[in-house]
Amino acid sequence: MAQLMTLGITAAFLILLTFAVISWTNFFKTIDRRWVFLLMLFSVAVPVYVIGKTKQTFPEKALPLAQAVFDEIEKLNEGDKVLLAFDFDPGSEGELGPMATMFAFHCATKKLKMYFIALWPLGRQMIDDNIEKVIKPDFPEMIYGEDYMNLGFKAGNEGVINVIVTDIKQLYTTDAYGRDINQIPMMEGIDNIQQMDLILNVSAGFPGTKEWVQYAVTPFPHQIRLVGGCTGVQAPLLYPYIPEQLPGLLAAIKGASEYESLVIGKYGGDGISGKYLEAQRRMGPQLVAHVLMVLLIIAGNIIYFVERTREARP
Amino acid sequence: MKRTIPLLLAMSAGFVMIVAFFIPATLTWGEKVSIWFDILASIAFILGGGNLLKVQLKKISDKTAGWGYSVITVVAFLVMLFVGLTKFGVNPNPAFPAHGHWAGQYNEIGSPFWWLYEYMFKPLQATIFAMLAFYVASAAFRAFRAKNFEAILLLVTAFIILLGRTAAGVFLTDFISADSGFQGLRLENFTGYIMDVFNTAGNRAIMIGIALGTASVSLKILLGVDRSYLGSGEE
Amino acid sequence: MSRENRIWLIVFLIGAAALLGRAMFSSQGMAKAYVHAVEVDRVQVADPDADDETATKWISAEDAQTQGITLPAKGSDDRITWTRYDNSNYTAYSKAVAANQTDYQFSPSRTIGTWIAALFTLFVLSFLIRDNPLYKVAESLFIGISAAYWMVVQFWDQITPNLIGNLSPTLVRNWAMPGLGADFQQDLVYIIPGILGIMLLWRLAPKGGWISRWPMAFFIGTFCGLRLVRYLQSDFLTQIRNSIEPLYVKSVKTAADGSAVLDAAGNPLTGFDVWDSLANVILIIGVLSCLVYFFFSFEHKGIVGKTAKLGIWFLMITFGAAFGYTVMGRIALLAIRLEFLFDDWLWLIDPTDKRVEAVVSMLGLY
Repeated sequence: MAQLMTLGITAAFLILLTFAVISWTNFFKTIDRRWVFLLMLFSVAVPVYVIGKTKQTFPEKALPLAQAVFDEIEKLNEGDKVLLAFDFDPGSEGELGPMATMFAFHCATKKLKMYFIALWPLGRQMIDDNIEKVIKPDFPEMIYGEDYMNLGFKAGNEGVINVIVTDIKQLYTTDAYGRDINQIPMMEGIDNIQQMDLILNVSAGFPGTKEWVQYAVTPFPHQIRLVGGCTGVQAPLLYPYIPEQLPGLLAAIKGASEYESLVIGKYGGDGISGKYLEAQRRMGPQLVAHVLMVLLIIAGNIIYFVERTREARP
Repeated sequence: MKRTIPLLLAMSAGFVMIVAFFIPATLTWGEKVSIWFDILASIAFILGGGNLLKVQLKKISDKTAGWGYSVITVVAFLVMLFVGLTKFGVNPNPAFPAHGHWAGQYNEIGSPFWWLYEYMFKPLQATIFAMLAFYVASAAFRAFRAKNFEAILLLVTAFIILLGRTAAGVFLTDFISADSGFQGLRLENFTGYIMDVFNTAGNRAIMIGIALGTASVSLKILLGVDRSYLGSGEE
Repeated sequence: MSRENRIWLIVFLIGAAALLGRAMFSSQGMAKAYVHAVEVDRVQVADPDADDETATKWISAEDAQTQGITLPAKGSDDRITWTRYDNSNYTAYSKAVAANQTDYQFSPSRTIGTWIAALFTLFVLSFLIRDNPLYKVAESLFIGISAAYWMVVQFWDQITPNLIGNLSPTLVRNWAMPGLGADFQQDLVYIIPGILGIMLLWRLAPKGGWISRWPMAFFIGTFCGLRLVRYLQSDFLTQIRNSIEPLYVKSVKTAADGSAVLDAAGNPLTGFDVWDSLANVILIIGVLSCLVYFFFSFEHKGIVGKTAKLGIWFLMITFGAAFGYTVMGRIALLAIRLEFLFDDWLWLIDPTDKRVEAVVSMLGLY
């Protein structure tokens, strides 16, 4: 009943909007675009404020791709090796930060051995931020060099993947903190990334998931397994790789939100810190802004059809 | 000589990479070339920084319009470079404190380099990208017109994705039972269907086309047919 | 002064007054940063695990005391101390103050940093109103800082360990990377990328810029060699293989509880799966029709034209999906900036409980 009422109200609003736009076509046609900017600002700012204050989020139901990413990590056992490649920067942290945080949390909870790496110069900072945010405060028992380590950044894009897929120590002679790679306990016996049980990639563009698929997974399909998360811009372009080369993918902030709900559903418990709910909080502004986008497109097309009709009249 | 040797360099480097893929005994050659490629890639960043300095200094010396902003750019560049390269204000490495700050982390939390990154670089970069949300909204209102059937297809798909990937999509088609045979028409599931089938088909075809194009351009460059990367040859 | 400028001046003055009021007169204030001061106390002791009897290592003073080692005097060559300031928040600071501890402190530099970050965020957003000097200042700063940042990262993360380290491991070990293994060997073949690098930088010189063509050619040749094989393998052959899907898909019939329905012989019953079969048919038709559209060597007439038209429709659906996802991506980026302004700067929201006032009860702190 409530849903029917809301659908009815939505339909009534759309009809009102149509009449308003038709009646004031010239006004809407020449409206300063800064009013549209202001509408967009409010459509994001108000939900951010309300959700920040109330800490209420929308319920999430995981779709198959996010479930696949979760299942791939769940299949691993304590002590298994995971390479976490954080190929993003602050410009895409809004979408990808929550994914990186949850990957670190999930792997640390399952006591997997984490090897952090970055192909973007600023990815190194993202790794440091996540270690400070997740591992040091919530998993203080984890020891650097035994449970997790930071290989840092190397330039060369796909050239880096091309090397480390057969010989990692030739390129990484030290870790990100200048320690001899051979002196780090968890690098003992590791010659290349084919020995990783799983690669988790967080990708903002080039180089990213596509390069990991091309240069790591495709040449070694039986040795290397990759799942990841990517921005909304990149997500549709990676679908052709699913599922043969890329079993699972967190697409944009929605994918991050679904994955968050899965991890928290299993490992979160009551009183989970708000830093693990970032993606779910951001779905509120997404909803309002998406509805605004749809209404803007409808309004723009109403103006277009009204103008066309007027021009067609003799 | 000015053009022949680079041509031969490009051919050799390229063919080493191809041969290393097919002949395992040559794998180490391919790794070596890749590492040199990585080192050159990092030196290219230094070239970029140097070029920026050159262009901005020229603007300042010529006093072109807006040269004051070039002064800001140059000062910011030099300050960041100084604190980063000298590891200014960085604490020693706990494993090797006798080496002083040189063995420390250049981006250690609390150091001036970290401060400039955290409170200037990060917010500026993030906000510049955030501005795109506004332009997308403006473009949606002004430019997206359903002028023909193809445009209608595009817009309807966009609507389904925009609504289906939020709680709005779940709400709008909640009256369709999740267990019924029509559950594929629930917006969130229909969105997945569009992505898995239609989007995959289109992007797969695009990907195949790009792969063929990349292969042909690469072959042209490696065989010396395409020499545009060598420049005009006037110098 | 024009009417518009007068309105903006009034808006700025009201905004500045509101900010000052909130910062100075609200109970918690706003935009304050806190740090946890941690003393790092390192002591040089003999290394029993090393082959060399005179070898030493550095451990924490706490570990040394636990091992019964007499600590040298602070400030001596064998004992070095400094203070590290880790990021903290008001919640931890409040608890420390209530417990009369002084290791959590207010940080003026990080507080100023938060204000600067917020103001620069607003400067950049001001471009939406119109281009203005504040935006230009922010843009100029960003260009300078980002170029230098990338240079610094490349120098310390790649050039020092991989180029200088290979050419002179002793120099690098003594200077910036004492952790570099003692058995790390010099490899003079790295002179080649070193020389190529210098040639690349020659591009900046007023004369002789043609020298940079050599490293550029090496770069492009390597790039082409890498991509030629990988694109063909991953994006061509594998994609064709992935497109070969069954048009008649059988799936296991399941009961209401999800278990497989079995036949008389105890084998799972299979049946024609309409939806998966339809999906595969549409996928294959879609890929083929899009490929026909991209084939410009044939004129798009007749059956070819109709197939190409179908391909265009598939591509339009693809682009519509791309647009939808792009919008999703952009909005998340705006959301995080507004979260920063409302949370870290204005202290209007606290979703991660960073500013919980400590309450001291009769029984203890909570």
